[in-house]
Amino acid sequence: MRLSPDQMIFWQLGFLKLNATIVFTWGLMLVLVVGSRLITRKLSIDLKRSRWQNLLEMVVTGIVKQIKEVGLSQPRKYLGFLGTLFLFVAAASLCTIIPGYEPPTASLSTTAALALCVFVAVPFFGLKEQGVGNYLKSYVRPTFIMLPFNIISELSRTLALAVRLFGNMMSGAMIVGILLTIMPFIFPIIMTLLGLLTGMVQAYIFSILAAVYIAAATRARKPKPEPEAKL
Amino acid sequence: MDSMTLIAVASIVIAGITTGFGTMAPALGEGKAVATALSSLAQQPDASATITRTLFVGLAMIESTAIYCFVVSMILVFANPFWNHVIAQTAGK
Repeated sequence: MRLSPDQMIFWQLGFLKLNATIVFTWGLMLVLVVGSRLITRKLSIDLKRSRWQNLLEMVVTGIVKQIKEVGLSQPRKYLGFLGTLFLFVAAASLCTIIPGYEPPTASLSTTAALALCVFVAVPFFGLKEQGVGNYLKSYVRPTFIMLPFNIISELSRTLALAVRLFGNMMSGAMIVGILLTIMPFIFPIIMTLLGLLTGMVQAYIFSILAAVYIAAATRARKPKPEPEAKL
Repeated sequence: MDSMTLIAVASIVIAGITTGFGTMAPALGEGKAVATALSSLAQQPDASATITRTLFVGLAMIESTAIYCFVVSMILVFANPFWNHVIAQTAGK
């Protein structure tokens, strides 16, 4: 039994392997990019608008609202990063209803890459928001003794992000595979439905956790919160 | 029992125990978290958005320990490094 879509190889040339993870990742990226490009090509601002534009507006405003509720007062800045994370993970798990598809997030390399993006983005936004000195000082709060623990927590939460998403997506595919051998037809369908729900929840959790980490790095340790900027 | 059988038996048994015991504690923890969240939702329905979001994030944190156990047992069953070592030794003979 395959543990990940990495082992499903479509095409191989010596050292180069084209496995299912890469193919499906690029397929998803293509669908997301071309789809949103097609929708945003003719946007309208009058009352009559296409249903695709409505869908996209719902998604974007929903994400903006969620980011704002976490505590990032200027969600537009982080919309590109967090929205992309959410949309990619959500699309990766929603597409499991297509036969023959395997979610690329069921491979540890994909989830590790996503978690590394978060690992890089958190200090990036923190540095941009607070400046080098203030951001580095946040590592020695409340006392200097906490420095190693703060660094360890940065590393361990990256690992946790990667393994959590991987474990959830992999277990969904695995359970369906095991159930197919012992109890075919009806029951695996129910588990697939449950897998869709788990996938959406995991996408939500992944992006919300990234937002929480960014919020913690950008704002929480400021000595005095500035009054809310006008919206 | 030779060492090959021992490795196989130990891997399978430990895989079962890992998932069994590893899901027990997170299940208790998640139950407690959900129960507390439900009672606070009943007390303050206005704060439902915040409570639900915090609950989801907390549940994900708790659940990840169970997921770690699951991943370890899956590795033990399907991608066991010790078993692969045994197979390589047998093939090399």
